[in-house]
Amino acid sequence: MSALANATVAQDHHGHDDHGHHHKETFITKYIFSQDHKMIAKQYLITGLIMGALGILMSVLFRIQIAWPEQSFAIFELLLGEKYAPDGVMNADAYLALVTIHGTIMVFFVLTAGLSGTFSNFLIPLQIGARDMASGFLNMVSYWIFFISSVIMISSLFVESGPASAGWTIYPPLSALPEAIPGSGMGMTLWLISMAFFIAQSLLGSLNYIVTVINLRTKGMSMTRLPLTIWALFVTAIIGVVSFPVLLSAALMLIMDRSFGTSFFLSDIYIKGEVLAHQGGSPVLFEHLFWFLGHPEVYIVILPAMGLVSEIMASNSRKPIFGYRAMVASILAIAFLSTIVWGHHMFVSGMNPFLGSVFTFTTLLIAIPSAVKAFNWITTLWKGNLQMNTGMLFSIGFVSTFITGGLTGIILGDSTLDINVHDTYFVIAHFHLVMGISALYGLFAGVYHWFPKMFGRMMNKNLGYVHFWVTAIGAYGVFFPMHFIGLAGLPRRYYTNTAFPYFDDLADTNVLITVFAIITAVVQLVFIYNFISSIFYGKRATQNPWRSNTLEWTTPVEHVHGNWPGEIPSVYRWSYDYSKMNIDETDYVIPGQDFVPQNVPLQKNEEELNH
Amino acid sequence: MTVFLIIIVIALLGITFWQMSKILKLSKSQSSEDPTIASDKDNKIQGYLMLAFLIVFNIFMLYNFWSYSKFYLPEAASAHGEDYDRLMFISIGLIMVVQVLTQFLLHYFSFKYKGEKGKKAFFYADNDKLEFIWTIIPVIVLAGLIIYGLFTWSEIMNVEEDEDTVVIELYAYQFGWKARYAGEDNTLGKANVRFIEGINTVGIDESDSYAMDDKITSELHLPVDKKVLFKLRSQDVLHSAYFPFFRAQMNVVPGMITQFGFTPTITSEEMRNSEYMVDKVTEINQIRKENSKELVANGEMALDPYEFEYYLLCNKICGISHYNMQMKIVVESEEDYKEWLAGQESFGETMAKQEENNKQ
Ligand code: HEM
Ligand SMILES: [Cu+2]
Ligand SMILES: [Cu+2]
Repeated sequence: MSALANATVAQDHHGHDDHGHHHKETFITKYIFSQDHKMIAKQYLITGLIMGALGILMSVLFRIQIAWPEQSFAIFELLLGEKYAPDGVMNADAYLALVTIHGTIMVFFVLTAGLSGTFSNFLIPLQIGARDMASGFLNMVSYWIFFISSVIMISSLFVESGPASAGWTIYPPLSALPEAIPGSGMGMTLWLISMAFFIAQSLLGSLNYIVTVINLRTKGMSMTRLPLTIWALFVTAIIGVVSFPVLLSAALMLIMDRSFGTSFFLSDIYIKGEVLAHQGGSPVLFEHLFWFLGHPEVYIVILPAMGLVSEIMASNSRKPIFGYRAMVASILAIAFLSTIVWGHHMFVSGMNPFLGSVFTFTTLLIAIPSAVKAFNWITTLWKGNLQMNTGMLFSIGFVSTFITGGLTGIILGDSTLDINVHDTYFVIAHFHLVMGISALYGLFAGVYHWFPKMFGRMMNKNLGYVHFWVTAIGAYGVFFPMHFIGLAGLPRRYYTNTAFPYFDDLADTNVLITVFAIITAVVQLVFIYNFISSIFYGKRATQNPWRSNTLEWTTPVEHVHGNWPGEIPSVYRWSYDYSKMNIDETDYVIPGQDFVPQNVPLQKNEEELNH
Repeated sequence: MTVFLIIIVIALLGITFWQMSKILKLSKSQSSEDPTIASDKDNKIQGYLMLAFLIVFNIFMLYNFWSYSKFYLPEAASAHGEDYDRLMFISIGLIMVVQVLTQFLLHYFSFKYKGEKGKKAFFYADNDKLEFIWTIIPVIVLAGLIIYGLFTWSEIMNVEEDEDTVVIELYAYQFGWKARYAGEDNTLGKANVRFIEGINTVGIDESDSYAMDDKITSELHLPVDKKVLFKLRSQDVLHSAYFPFFRAQMNVVPGMITQFGFTPTITSEEMRNSEYMVDKVTEINQIRKENSKELVANGEMALDPYEFEYYLLCNKICGISHYNMQMKIVVESEEDYKEWLAGQESFGETMAKQEENNKQ
C-alpha cells in the first residue's frame, strides 16, 4: 500500500507522548460519562437512531389510519392500547398525538441532535486537528442533558391525558389550554420541559463547537482551508446560538400563560362554557417567536447535511468540490438570510399583508445561494471518477431530493400562491423532501462514510446498496404524489378525510403512499442490521479506506484519547487536492496516488493554488 | 382482512430483500472481492442503476402528472382566482423545467463518470464565469416571479370597503362555523366572547343599536359577482377559514379580527353542472357505491350519494374534530341571495322569542 505510506509521509512519528495523561479508564468513564468527543458523538448517534426508529414507526401508524380510515388493526391495539385504539381503531386523539410527537422527534431529536450533534462532535476536533473539544466536560454535560430531554419526551407518551397533540408548532391557545385538547395538559408540560432541556444542550454544544473551531485549529489550518463540513457545522452552531434562545423565551412565556395566569398569547377566549380571564395577548406573537427559531431550525437541520455531502462527494468523485469559495459564501448567505424569512410561515396568519411582501422577497432571495450549491454539486460530478460507495449514493440522493423539495419552495415562498396551499399536503410534501428526506440522506451518507473512523470497522456495501435504492424509490413514492393531494385542497393534520366526500377520489393515492411508506420504513431494518452487525463483525477498517484528504484519516484506526498518538499534524493545503496533476501534467502530484492529504507540504512539482 | 394481507406481503418482501443480500454477502466473501469498498464492477452497476433510476423517476413524475393532475381544483370560482391559477401554472411549469434538467444532469453524470481504475478525474476547482451565470439566471427568473407575485398579492389583500361590499362575519369555534350578516343597517353590531350567554352564542353586544338586525346563520350564502369581505372572529383557539374553490384562506385568531375579501364568480349551480364537476362527482359516486357494497355486506348503512356543494374547511389544527369542521357555501344570484337572507331570523327576533318563552 504505497498510497498509504505516502499519505502519512509528512507525519512524524517520533514525538512520543507529548500528550501525557494516560489515566486509567473505567467502563463508566469510557462508555457512559465519557468526555472524549468521539464517544460522545457515538452516544448522540445511537440515541438519535433510536429516536428516529420511534419517529418513523409513528409515521407508519398514522399513515395506516389515513389510508384505511377508522378500520381495525391489531397493531394499533397492541401499540396504542384500548384507550387510544378501542377495538383496534385509532382514535383522533391518538392520531394528533402521533403526528405531533413524530414531527417533534424527527426535527429536533433525530435531525438536530442526531445529525448535527453527532457529526459536530465527531468531525470538528478530528478535521481541524484538535485533541478534543474546547471543553470535554461541557460536551459530556450537553449529551446527558440531551439524554434527559429524550427521556422526558418519551415518558410524555405514557401520561394519563396523553402526550402533546397540538402539532409540533404548538401554537397557543390550543397548546395552552387543556380544555381545548387533552394533550395540552400534563403532556404539553412535559413537552415544554423536554424542549427546555433540549435547547440547553443545544446551546452548550453550539458554544463548544464555535469556540473549538475558532481556537483549536492546528497549525496551517486557516479558515479558507477548512473542509466544507466544518464550515457548515460551524455556521450551524452560530445559527443555533442566535435562534434557540428565542424559542426558549417563547416556551417560557407559554409556560407562564399556562400556569401563572399571564396573557402573552391569550385573549378573548370562551371555552367549555366560560370566559377566561386572559386579556390582551396575541397568538400571532407566538407564531413570530416560534418561527424566528423554526425557520433557521430547518437550516440547522440541512446545513450539516450539506457539509457532509460536499465532503463525501468530493472524495468519492476524486475531484475537488467545485467552487469552494462560492460554497462557503452560500453557507454564509443562507445563514444570514435564514434569520429574516420566518414570516413565510405566516402569510395568512393575519399579519399585515405588507410584511408578507417583504418576506416573499427575502424568501425567494434565499433560493439563490441554494441554487448555486445545487449547481456546484452537479459540476463536482462532471468528469469525475465516481466511486459508488454507499455514502456517495446517499449524497447523490441528497442533491436529488433537495432540488425536488427546494423547487416547490418557490411556490410556498410566494405569498400569493401560499394562500391556497398553506397547511395542505403540498406543504408536507415540500418540507419532507427538502428537509426531512434530504437531511436523513445526509445522516446516512455520513454514517456510511465515517463508520470506519467511528468504529474501526467497515459497513457492508451490498446491504448499503439495497438500503439506498429501496429508500430512494420509497421516499419519492411517498412524497411526490402528496403534492397533488395538496393541490386538491386536502388539509394536513386531518384524522380522516371521509368527512368530505369530495376527497373520496384521493383514497387510492393515499393507499399507494402508505404502501410506499411501509416499504421504506421496513427497509430501514436493513440499515439497522448492517449498522449493528458491522460494529461487531464488520471487516476491519484500514486507516484511510476512502483515500481522503482530511485530517481524521491520519489518526490511527484504534481510537486514542487525544486523537493523535504523536504530534498533531500541521496543515499545508486545503482538503480538496484530488486528482491534482504535477506541473508537467505527466502524473499526479504524488506519483501514482490521486489524492494529496492536507498534512502533505507543498511539493516542488506542483503549482500553488490559492488555498 | 385484505389490508392486513397486503401489509404482511410487504413485510415479507422486505425480509426477502434482506435475506437475499445476506446470501449475496456470504457468496461474495468467498471470492477475493472486498465487501465494503466499491469496486469497478460496483461502480458500473450503480452507474447503470442511476441511469435506470433517472428513467423510472421521469416516468413516475409523468405518471403523477398524467393521472393526478385531475386532482387540481376546478376553475377558480372567484375573480382573483384566475390570476392565482395563472401564476400557479407558470410557476409549476418553470419548476418542472428546472427539475427535469437538473435531475437529468445529476443522474446522467453519475452514470457517465462512474469510476474505473486508472481513469483520471478532471481537476476542476473553480470557474467564476460559470458560477456567475448560474447565480444571475435564478436572480432574473425569481425577480420576474416575485414582481408578478407581489402585484397579485397586493391586489388580493388590499380590499377596499365601499358601499357595495357585502360584509360578513365568520365566527369559528370548536368545532364549527357561523356566519353573521349585517341586516338592514348594513353594519355589524359589536361583539365579544364576553357577551356569550344562553342563545346569544356568538357574543353579540345587546346594547349596540346596530346589533339587533344582525342575522346569524349556519350556512354561508354569497351573491355572485359582488365583492364580499369576511371579518373573521374566533371563540376559542386558532382556526383557519379555507375556501379552496375560491383560492382564499385566512387564519381566525382569538383576540383579533382578521379579514379576507373576494368576489365569487361562479354560482353553485354552474359549478355543479360544469364538465369538471360532473365527471368528478360521477367518479366519486362510483367509488361510494363500491364502498357501500362492503359496508352493507357487513350490516352497516350504505353511503349517501354525493352532490357537489362549495364548502369551507378549517385548516389550522384546532382540536379533536379539526378534520370535520365544515360549513356549506352557496353562491347564487343576487335575487336568490336577498330572498334567502330575508327569510333568516334576526338576532332581535331570536332574543324576543326567547323572552316570550321565558315569560310563559
Ligand atoms: C417514513 C418516513 C416519513 C413519513 C411516511 C412521514 C409522514 C408524515 C406525514 C404524512 C405527516 C403529516 C401528517 C398530518 O399533517 O396529518 C408528517 C408530519 C411531519 N413529519 Fe413526517 N414522515 C416521515 C419522515 C419524517 C422526517 C425524516 C422528518 C424530519 C424532518 C419528518 C418531519 C415531520 C414534521 C415536522 C411533521 C409535521 C408534524 C405536525 O404537523 O405537527 N417526517 N409526516
Ligand atoms: Cu421557513
Ligand atoms: Cu381546525
